Amino acid sequence: MNEGNTHNNEHHGVGHIVDWKVLIGVLTALLVLTYLTVKVTEFDLGPLNIVIALGIATVKATLVCLFFMHLYYDQPFNSLVLVSSVLFVLVFILFSLIDLSAYQPDIIQDYISSMRDPAYPLDEPQ
Amino acid sequence: MATTTDIYPGRPYTEVEGNYLTHEKGILSWLTTVDHKRIGVMYLMCISTAFLFGGLFAMVIRWELFAPGATVPGLNADRYNQIFTLHGAIMVFLVIIPGIPAALGNFVLPMMLGAKDVAFPRLNLMSWYLWVVGALFAVISMVTSAADTGWTFYTPYSTTTQTAVIPMVVGAFILGFSSIFTGLNFIVTIHKMRPEGLTWFKLPLFLWSIYATAIIQVIATPVLGITLLLLIAERVMGVGIFDSTYGGDPVLFQHFFWFYSHPAVYIMILPAMGVISEMIPVFSRKHIFGYTAIAYSSVAIAMFSFIVWGHHMFTSMSPLSNMIFSAVTFSVSIPSAVKVFNWTATLYKGSIRLATPMCYALAFLFLFTIGGLTGLHLATLGTDIHLHDTYFVVAHFHYVMVGSTMIAFLGGLHYWWPKIFGKMYSETYGRLGCLTTFIGFNVTFLPQFVLGTRGMPRRYYDYLPEFQTLHAVSSIGAFIMGAGLFITLFCLLHSLKWGKPAADNPWGSAALEWQSTSPPHYHNFTKEPTVGDPYDYQDFKWDPKAEGYYKTAEGQGAA
Amino acid sequence: MGSESRGILQDSGRTRRRLTMTTETQAIDKSGHDHDHGHSPYLQHHFDTMEQQFNSGKLGMWLFLATEILLFGGLFVAYAIYRALHPEIFEYGHHFLDPVMGGTNTAVLILSSFTMAAAVRYAQEGKKTMLVACLVLTLGGACGFLVIKYFEYSHKMVHGVFPGKFYAPDDHILEEELMGAHGHGHEEGDGHHEEGHGHAAGDHEEAAHEEPAAAPMVVSQTPPAAEGEFVIEKSQIAEAGGGPEGLVGIVQQEPKMPKRPEKAHVFFGIYYLMTGLHGLHVVIGMCAIGWVLLKAMKGVFGPEYFTPVDLVGLYWHLVDLIWIFLFPLLYLID
Repeated sequence: MNEGNTHNNEHHGVGHIVDWKVLIGVLTALLVLTYLTVKVTEFDLGPLNIVIALGIATVKATLVCLFFMHLYYDQPFNSLVLVSSVLFVLVFILFSLIDLSAYQPDIIQDYISSMRDPAYPLDEPQ
Repeated sequence: MATTTDIYPGRPYTEVEGNYLTHEKGILSWLTTVDHKRIGVMYLMCISTAFLFGGLFAMVIRWELFAPGATVPGLNADRYNQIFTLHGAIMVFLVIIPGIPAALGNFVLPMMLGAKDVAFPRLNLMSWYLWVVGALFAVISMVTSAADTGWTFYTPYSTTTQTAVIPMVVGAFILGFSSIFTGLNFIVTIHKMRPEGLTWFKLPLFLWSIYATAIIQVIATPVLGITLLLLIAERVMGVGIFDSTYGGDPVLFQHFFWFYSHPAVYIMILPAMGVISEMIPVFSRKHIFGYTAIAYSSVAIAMFSFIVWGHHMFTSMSPLSNMIFSAVTFSVSIPSAVKVFNWTATLYKGSIRLATPMCYALAFLFLFTIGGLTGLHLATLGTDIHLHDTYFVVAHFHYVMVGSTMIAFLGGLHYWWPKIFGKMYSETYGRLGCLTTFIGFNVTFLPQFVLGTRGMPRRYYDYLPEFQTLHAVSSIGAFIMGAGLFITLFCLLHSLKWGKPAADNPWGSAALEWQSTSPPHYHNFTKEPTVGDPYDYQDFKWDPKAEGYYKTAEGQGAA
Repeated sequence: MGSESRGILQDSGRTRRRLTMTTETQAIDKSGHDHDHGHSPYLQHHFDTMEQQFNSGKLGMWLFLATEILLFGGLFVAYAIYRALHPEIFEYGHHFLDPVMGGTNTAVLILSSFTMAAAVRYAQEGKKTMLVACLVLTLGGACGFLVIKYFEYSHKMVHGVFPGKFYAPDDHILEEELMGAHGHGHEEGDGHHEEGHGHAAGDHEEAAHEEPAAAPMVVSQTPPAAEGEFVIEKSQIAEAGGGPEGLVGIVQQEPKMPKRPEKAHVFFGIYYLMTGLHGLHVVIGMCAIGWVLLKAMKGVFGPEYFTPVDLVGLYWHLVDLIWIFLFPLLYLID
């Protein structure tokens, strides 16, 4: 586990060999960030909580993509594929949310309850 | 041309040793093949079969609608719902979406690149098997209790109906993966299999459109997959995402569904545009006008296609979303119009030869323009409230899906037929089939625009007597169109047995696939193809004896 | 022909397509996997160089991963919409999830991702033993993940916490998760046999669970107490060692059960779909890793050819990536 990067220069195959230091560094960072994201939920920061949680998750995901998945060393087009797929998910979320949140006030809230099958238990147990 | 040496003469068909159709024999050699050409031919056969069934269902629908009330003996309203669902689902998922990319694209794409095969040949075969499995699920649904939801599977009806929705949904799910793998294969092939010298802007426009299509297939189709999984989960477990009985939101289903299915409309039309971009310059003997504009507009359409899905939901969305989606929808018309103008400009002062593929291309121009422009009425919020879910919508999307995509598919099929099977079809039958289909199509769907504006709702089994004349005209048109398609089928099948052997380059195209023999060798090229401008026809000469074009040595000298 | 069309398809340095009809090219065509002369035996016939083949495989895999992201994307959309419009169901539902188990699983997946990255490295260096060892470790991590997941699932399902319309939690789990006994110690299965409070009738079936996985869930063999009686014993407080909400519930001494929001079952629908689809991907990933492992044991991989290890690695990292987002979104809500 400690051969360093001695092989990098002798490598004749295709693809890039990632340095051990990088791999272990990324692993450590991921584990620390996981601990951090659990700890941070103990503080009630209101809406900031989810922002922080997602921020940490994004950092972790970026680390995995760049180094474990070699994107840092790869042809840039592969990164473009990844980024655009994420962008399309965001577009999907954004537009659906714009629409669905807009008509929420128009929904008659008790309508669903009144329509519900009585056999289906609605509220607290006994 | 006696003094010049021919680079590749248009020579009559001879039994080429190792032609891909004959170098291996037996059904098993077809079922296990990884040759993109054979897979393309297998797709062609399967898709045609599905098309036949989908078409027969359409005939039943039109027969039923010939007169108000029950018309077809034994066809009640519930059956009618199942029939139009099957017609829609088969035509969309089994025919139009895979039609041009999987059948024609598979055959032509690697050859246009001068490559031996697609990047992942075994994945390609797997896509075909997935198509077959998906089709089997559709058949299972058909023979048990066919789904009656319409091809859109809208909740909450699709979660409550007693018919076999799940097999149909599973079938569509599997077909989605078939489509994904085809698209993935094509993107990698175009990226990585181009030979040196064949830069992006020397690619035939068909490849640009297939590339744009493949982007949509890869990005959008997985969303169909998850939508259908959620629909199954909703039916089985009532998870409460789509079904309002369990606290879900049916409009959310529409968002999910159209996030895929609107881009899917462009999966259908973009390859068709590519086929047209190939045929119009060849039969005008003129370089394509505005190559770059057409190429970029394909990619632009693909990108726009992801942010316009809401225009299917103008009656169920909030005002803000309606405005956003309406505005973006109008902007899609720009790249589409760019293409139409460029094709028209290519025709201008060309030396037009009305061979069958060109007849289809001209029919496409006419029909696509109608289909596209009527789309603008539906993108306008005010008029859409009136036209939503009427026959106007039915006519509009049939002009795009059938009038454009199917016509382009048939045109492309005639165009590449000599290359695929090495036989020339009869131009007389070919043109007759095209003309009959064209007339039949317009007689069917033009009255439906009128019906729609007068308030005839879609999906109905019965209608008021005042609609009868137009409905009857429409039905007669459908039968004419059916006849036209049978003439075309006869024309093509006839050529297999009695057609004249095709020259290597019967149309005089400069694209690479025509530099192979007809039909091609199983490794595609027996001689390295020469890369050049795919729309430069000046060095091609007609050889009346071989009934094909050959390239003169001036071209070689320049090369 | 323009003057610039000089691109004859013959390139120097690379042996290009062999187009003569010889017997060996026929063999190539049948298998689609054999080789041209003078090339790596792993070069497929339609590629020119190993590099082209490697890059194609890689781009293909990335495109496939993009489809996976969009597939999960649909579920994230469902999540985002319900989280935004009905936050109360997440506030309620997350009590039923155990962040320690989720966190452990995150760590397990990250470690297995690391061993997978190491496996790719060893494959590139041609170190067979270490490659096999790393693949086995990765597979072990995957198994560990599924085992923990099984504990989580079975604990819920035994108590009727099913998705959607089957959602019918019994009193036991409601009290346990909502009223302060929410503890990670519970799943570890040590010393909870005194936890004798209100059981629903259906609870007895858990006694029938002989599988080791279900054993920790066997909380009580004593007859169920009367409905609505909450007896949280002092001894349990220490053992439960729960999160903050657990302590709060106990300190108050007068437990107040949070009201179940109307759409609570939607949370579990989303939870089971997201983690279930992810779990399915773990299983598929295990199959892929197993396949690569078999090849690796045969000594197939080396600096020249390691594409399958690399591609399966990419897939496995994606499984990890999805979980990195699922964990905070589902488990860490406050």
